[in-house]
Amino acid sequence: MAERNMTSNDQIASKNGPGFQQIGQPLDRIDGRAKVTGAARYGYEHIVSDKCAFGYILGASIGRGRIVAIDAQAATKSPGVLLVMTHKNAPAQARFGEPTTATPREVFTRPRPVLGDAHIRYFDQPIALVVGETFEAARAAAGSIDVRYERLQGDFEPELCAATYRPERTNAGFATDTSAGGFAKAFAQAPVKVDATYTTAFESHNPMEPHAAIAQWEGDRVTIYTGTQTLANVRACVAGTLQIPLDSVRVVSPFIGGGFGSKLIAHADIMLAALAARVLQRPVKVAMTRQQMFANAGHRPLSIQQVRLGADRDGKLIAIGHEVCSSTARFEEFTEQTGVFTRSLYAADHRVTRHRLMRLDTNRGEWMRAPGEAPGMLAVESAMDELAHALQLDPIELRIRNEPNLDGTSLDPDRGIPFSSRNLIECMRRGARLFGWERRSARPGAIREGRKLIGHGMAAAIRPNYIGPSRARVVLEPRGTLRVQLDMTDIGTGTYTILTQIAADVMQMPPASIKVELGDSQLPTTAGSGGSWGAASAGSAVHDACTKLKRQLLDLPGIPPGGLQAEGSVTRSAEYDRYSQHAFGAHFAEVAVDLDTAEIRVRRMLGAFAAGRILNPKTARSQIVGGMIWGIGAALMEQTLLDPLHGAFINHDLAEYHIPVNADVGQIDTVFIEEVDERANVFGSKGIGELGICGAGAAVANAVFNATGIRVREFPITLEKLLPFLPG
Amino acid sequence: MSEQDDNALLTRRALLEGSAASALLLTTGMPLRSEAAAADEVSFAVHTNVVTLRINAHDSTLNLDSRTTLLDVLRHQLGLTGVKKGCDHGQCGACTVLVNGRRINACLTLAVMHENDEITTIEGLASGERLHPLQSAFIAHDGFQCGYCTPGQICSAAGMLEEARRGWPSHATHNLCAANIPLTDEEIRERMSGNLCRCAAYPNIVKAIAAAAHEARQ
Repeated sequence: MAERNMTSNDQIASKNGPGFQQIGQPLDRIDGRAKVTGAARYGYEHIVSDKCAFGYILGASIGRGRIVAIDAQAATKSPGVLLVMTHKNAPAQARFGEPTTATPREVFTRPRPVLGDAHIRYFDQPIALVVGETFEAARAAAGSIDVRYERLQGDFEPELCAATYRPERTNAGFATDTSAGGFAKAFAQAPVKVDATYTTAFESHNPMEPHAAIAQWEGDRVTIYTGTQTLANVRACVAGTLQIPLDSVRVVSPFIGGGFGSKLIAHADIMLAALAARVLQRPVKVAMTRQQMFANAGHRPLSIQQVRLGADRDGKLIAIGHEVCSSTARFEEFTEQTGVFTRSLYAADHRVTRHRLMRLDTNRGEWMRAPGEAPGMLAVESAMDELAHALQLDPIELRIRNEPNLDGTSLDPDRGIPFSSRNLIECMRRGARLFGWERRSARPGAIREGRKLIGHGMAAAIRPNYIGPSRARVVLEPRGTLRVQLDMTDIGTGTYTILTQIAADVMQMPPASIKVELGDSQLPTTAGSGGSWGAASAGSAVHDACTKLKRQLLDLPGIPPGGLQAEGSVTRSAEYDRYSQHAFGAHFAEVAVDLDTAEIRVRRMLGAFAAGRILNPKTARSQIVGGMIWGIGAALMEQTLLDPLHGAFINHDLAEYHIPVNADVGQIDTVFIEEVDERANVFGSKGIGELGICGAGAAVANAVFNATGIRVREFPITLEKLLPFLPG
Repeated sequence: MSEQDDNALLTRRALLEGSAASALLLTTGMPLRSEAAAADEVSFAVHTNVVTLRINAHDSTLNLDSRTTLLDVLRHQLGLTGVKKGCDHGQCGACTVLVNGRRINACLTLAVMHENDEITTIEGLASGERLHPLQSAFIAHDGFQCGYCTPGQICSAAGMLEEARRGWPSHATHNLCAANIPLTDEEIRERMSGNLCRCAAYPNIVKAIAAAAHEARQ
């Protein structure tokens, strides 16, 4: 069927219709009961018809080289072991190919063979899968495999990476470099300057559900039960890797225990389960251990960012430079788009952004919550705070003076087109008022409570708004139940709930009569969950399907005996080229720094956001709060450490890789600015899954500076970086 | 530990020369029967034990591989997949269950150790269709997003409220001698910090637990 191209007329018509009654309500999660009773089944937990065998992955203990010999005799003979699969006996698969794909899109679907050959490309790369009747049998046997390696010198030290290179494009297909005006000269002549280099660490997504899959074959067809953000990606990757038709692969993923970008593509667990299940003609389940996830389920690359801001004495930016060098893998490229948001955030006549890469012998970095903005805003929004301090200007006022504005129209400085909506100033003003910003001391180190230094910081937030092609089917059953069917996922974002609200509003039905069915690739294909585009994409498709169904109903006396169904779809409209679409926000943080230990406690945070219409304030707020807490993690604790000798991520568990825990989080308040962005989609909504983290860490870092007068530019701000400089 | 079903044969060489995973093996409690054989042909056995586990008020008699954790018995053999595996190392709390009313990490205990224990999982908290007050409060206050840590959070909260009721102090307790410890947000945060939530639903988890605790006092 023809894809629907949204027009403004459609949007206005729908808004002038019966109006939104369910949309905008804080409906409890539809899937809440399943989740609080333990009934919700995640990837590893599905019940399949035959008895499942258990796979256990053995990872390489070198970072670069090749396997010279692998002795699995003992493992093979071990009781309860059904199969030991290594590169010597793994079924043939498609080749991996070059480090970059022809198009940005193909990186999600390219073949990802496992156990393909003797080469070791990164530490803990899977080198064997042991399948046993029990988990215990498989794990024990995996430990008896004897491996000899030829070790090659790997590159594991970013600091020593002399040779950086320029990628063809960044992630998501953005230009690698941009420039406007004459940056070098303008910056050199600017009366007030900040020239600072910031570093951000490797980070690991660490969703609570480890990556896992069950594969079951029936003849030449395989069903994969897993936790994935985007079923279509897994389906295409499995089909391509195993060289079987797309139609032969079914992916099932009704519940996903967190993704944050680490479940956008198929990883080794999925491919190993599929291969072993085919060999054994029996279902096989494979889960990565928490430790294995660090090398095998994606990470955020580290970055070194030089930010140069040149301003006049009134705080008007003349020159903005954001130059980023981040890590990538030797065998597959990933260019986090760390400098891209800078192109749209503040006005300046002279601008430059660029991305360079350092090749390391690690696995490839992947999309981690707000790829680009999360590490990039730590740097740029810290630099803005440094500039405000240098100018002795309030940080909010500095940002207001640099709003991109031409004759009253908000124009994207890079693209020269209007913003669809831009309410950054309102976010900052409203946030400041609610937070009590006026109580902040402009002079660092001025507020003391006993042996604690108290500081306040703020930062802006910007995050692009996307929509991806999606389809949906709605089926009205004779008894009046509406089934909403699409291969969309709910990774904790609230998809089940908001799609229920959308269908209820269009059909004017009670939510209880609506059954949303997600997470099965046999249902109409969607863009999945990623890039904060899920609600807009899947929601618009459901809206379209319901609208069509309703039109059919108008011509009928009632629901026909066989029921009634309709399909709907959405694709990216022309508004995406005509308007620069972003969500905005402002973060405020109060920290207390202990003078004796340098312990940093985030006492409270407040975020104000302009993200279009909020579909469900309850689930929206939860996502935003989660993002803000990720900001605390990035600012103060999260870092995956790469052993320079062996190339292993050494702190590869949840005891050594610190994510915020309950006691790390003080009071968090959020407010949504009233906004409807009619250019964005039929609801006037914008993505919010990543907005919360954008700039949040910088607000914390700026509060640390305000508390102590110490500017730490090497994230995360751990105690040892502050302690030597604290006053007695 | 009994030594029956001596049907496992692994070599010492395999153990000692195996890659990094052998270190894991040695810490998983696998018995090494070094008396059995010559230098490089040491066998070690898979032990099984018949154990009756009382879970959610039902008895299950199982022939258990003694290496099996309580977590894996619940998930793999009894189909109680509401109990989650997040790290298998006692670092995340997703596998929290109640054993004789106290919260423990099911991944850090072997199933064979729990004969005669009263084990409660998330599946056993509700009374039929009627949710446990903590379960209702987690829904009402949106105390989760992806839901994977949720069963552990709720079981942990149930155990924690009992600890607080008995007057057990925490790191956040100001007066260690107080007869009644007020269950402030700070206390809840501290006492729930063994349960990680990567969605970071923490503020709502605190609200949910405070509401359920308040309701229980009424």
